[in-house]
Amino acid sequence: MTALQHTTEVVDPVPGADAPHLPGQPDLVQLLTPEGERVEHPDYSLDITDEELRGLYRDLALVRRWDVEATALQRQGELGIWASLLGQEAAQVGAGRALAADDMAFPTYREHGVAWTRGVDPLHVMSLFRGVDMGGWDPVATRFNLYTVVIGAQCLHATGYAMGLQRDGAESATLAFLGDGATSQGEVNEALIWASSYAAPVVFFCQNNQYAISVPIERQSRAPLFHRAAGFGFPGVRVDGNDVLAVLAVTRAALAAAREGQGPTLIEAFTYRMGAHTSSDDPSRYRLASELEEWKLRDPIARLKAYLSRSGKADAAFFTGVDAEGDELAARLRKGTIEMPDPAGTEIFDHVYAEQTPHLAAQRAEFVAYHESFEGGHQ
Amino acid sequence: MTETLTIGKALNLGLRKALEDDAKVMLMGEDIGKLGGVFRITDGLQKDFGEDRVVDTPLAEAGILGTAVGLTMRGYRPVCEIQFDGFVFPAYNQIVTQVAKIHARSRGKLPMPIVIRIPFGGGIGAVEHHSESPEAYFAHTAGLKVVAVSNPVDAYWGIQQAIAHPDPIVFLEPKRRYWEKAKVDRDATPEPLFASRVVRGGDDLTLLAYGPMVKTALQAAQAAADEGRSLEVVDLRTISPLDLEPVYESVRRTGRCVVVHEAPLTLGLGAEIAARVTETCFHSLEAPVLRVGGYDTPYPPSKLEEEYLPDLDRVLDAVDRSMGF
Ligand SMILES: Cc1ncc(C[n+]2csc(CCOP(=O)(O)OP(=O)(O)O)c2C)c(N)n1
Ligand SMILES: [Mg+2]
Repeated sequence: MTALQHTTEVVDPVPGADAPHLPGQPDLVQLLTPEGERVEHPDYSLDITDEELRGLYRDLALVRRWDVEATALQRQGELGIWASLLGQEAAQVGAGRALAADDMAFPTYREHGVAWTRGVDPLHVMSLFRGVDMGGWDPVATRFNLYTVVIGAQCLHATGYAMGLQRDGAESATLAFLGDGATSQGEVNEALIWASSYAAPVVFFCQNNQYAISVPIERQSRAPLFHRAAGFGFPGVRVDGNDVLAVLAVTRAALAAAREGQGPTLIEAFTYRMGAHTSSDDPSRYRLASELEEWKLRDPIARLKAYLSRSGKADAAFFTGVDAEGDELAARLRKGTIEMPDPAGTEIFDHVYAEQTPHLAAQRAEFVAYHESFEGGHQ
Repeated sequence: MTETLTIGKALNLGLRKALEDDAKVMLMGEDIGKLGGVFRITDGLQKDFGEDRVVDTPLAEAGILGTAVGLTMRGYRPVCEIQFDGFVFPAYNQIVTQVAKIHARSRGKLPMPIVIRIPFGGGIGAVEHHSESPEAYFAHTAGLKVVAVSNPVDAYWGIQQAIAHPDPIVFLEPKRRYWEKAKVDRDATPEPLFASRVVRGGDDLTLLAYGPMVKTALQAAQAAADEGRSLEVVDLRTISPLDLEPVYESVRRTGRCVVVHEAPLTLGLGAEIAARVTETCFHSLEAPVLRVGGYDTPYPPSKLEEEYLPDLDRVLDAVDRSMGF
């Protein structure tokens, strides 16, 4: 028995487990089957123009191209580490594109696809993984918070931000990202309680990619994750995380409900981490290659491409154009990453406090004097 | 049986021995089963001892420590792995308010033989929260003991001694030195756990370090020797309780003392040691006790860690300053 079958038994049927013909998945919202068939869902419809559809495809393809380039740069020693989003592009792009300009997103460390939709320059993400800074983008201007590495901590931040929106009478919401593993953290559960208790305009977007590093989902939850919401007193919904249209529709609806004062929603985007946890990880130690093969059949980009081409919504020239754009992006990221200047040593001291302390100012001065003492002479 | 082992492998063998010797010993942590831990310290142990004794936990550090308390009350001896230093904080409440205090609260009726293994310190080019040196928080907490090993021999014996010990122990492993090798005699009689050790004799100055900085201190002593200065290096090995008798003895001879650690200077171990050495050896001191440590800032992005971490040059600079008094 494969780990996947085990997961399936304990948790719920895996969408597309029997691909190409999906069996009935009453709990799983899907608008685009793995084969690229457009289907309707009674609760979630999506009004979308052909141009927007092509835009989503472009997002998915470029985000993947970025990810592939980053993986290569890491292997070549240009990044310290890389957390790949391979396989999760639709979940991230769908969620990111559901945000309105004034909504605020609270990512983990893997939400490069959401960063993309917020207009964050990918080089500002690369600088974090290169070890140059802790993320170079402006979280206020982009409405995309800095990456949070401590599992789950951002869920409380998103909830508090939502409480602020509530008090300001703002018609906006927050979108908190978390993984399946994160759902075990006490702080995440506290966030769910807070959000529920105050009907805060926050949507919890959990990418269930089936693993927390090596630990499979059944160690974190014996029930489908989206069922948890019921216990906290708000709606939960499971969406096919590899279906960008369904993710977009479900997240839009949840954000709209939050903005209208209906409180939080927990979205479980059912997906799969196609790569290693990070470039430091070796998944062959804990999962079977056959599992990966099964999930390849549900690739998020292939299904949109199939739909666009079959329905005539995009032609060959469009896809060639996106490929070319991808190559340009990759070249820009490669050059930009390799040429990124190292930070100045004094950066260590410069942003610790809003109001610098005399003690730290003195330490900084000592640091400068110490390094100057090496100039000329010291090898 | 003497063999060459890395610190990582020595820990793995020490854990294996502890699991063999005492059926009540169990390991708990994130990814410690099939994966063998992100540093492979528990490699192969779940396969050999089963899922009940080598437990892959849900992703929740408070859960790991909180359930360890209950297991301890049933006579088990949990060895908890915290994946990285920066992730101990969700468990901090359990460690500080419960693990550390239950023995006192129960007036000894509820001993807490829990070991909390934490890979600590920087130097591996990691992202945020993977390079912290949180030892002072734990050393400051009464009821906890804190060990910081620096070499394969202490790793092999120390982990077993810590597991067999009746009090809770925060066991700090110098992650950037996991791959450092030394000969380990597995039939030898181990040195006591809570004892510091002079690892290099010298007459001019006493240099103190623990964990990853011991190697740096030894390198500094070698470089100083090339310049005609003789440094005595002490590996503190345990930072709570501190075993400073050998240090006092040394400082009375050398008259000078420098303490090195990666953790930020302010209220770090160096401050406590400087106070005690000054109180005890005041009349022998030729210079104030000097400290070399991380700056009083968050741990920086990895491109700056070399400038943040004490290195040979910064240690030698402190030695120069001490000798200049
Ligand atoms: C508090 C805390 N504990 C442990 C870790 C180490 N760690 C980093 S990612 C990870 C797994 C996270 O799994 P999940 O929430 O499913 O997100 P995914 O990585 O799959 O996107 C762990 C254990 C951490 N970052 N923070
Ligand atoms: Mg996961």
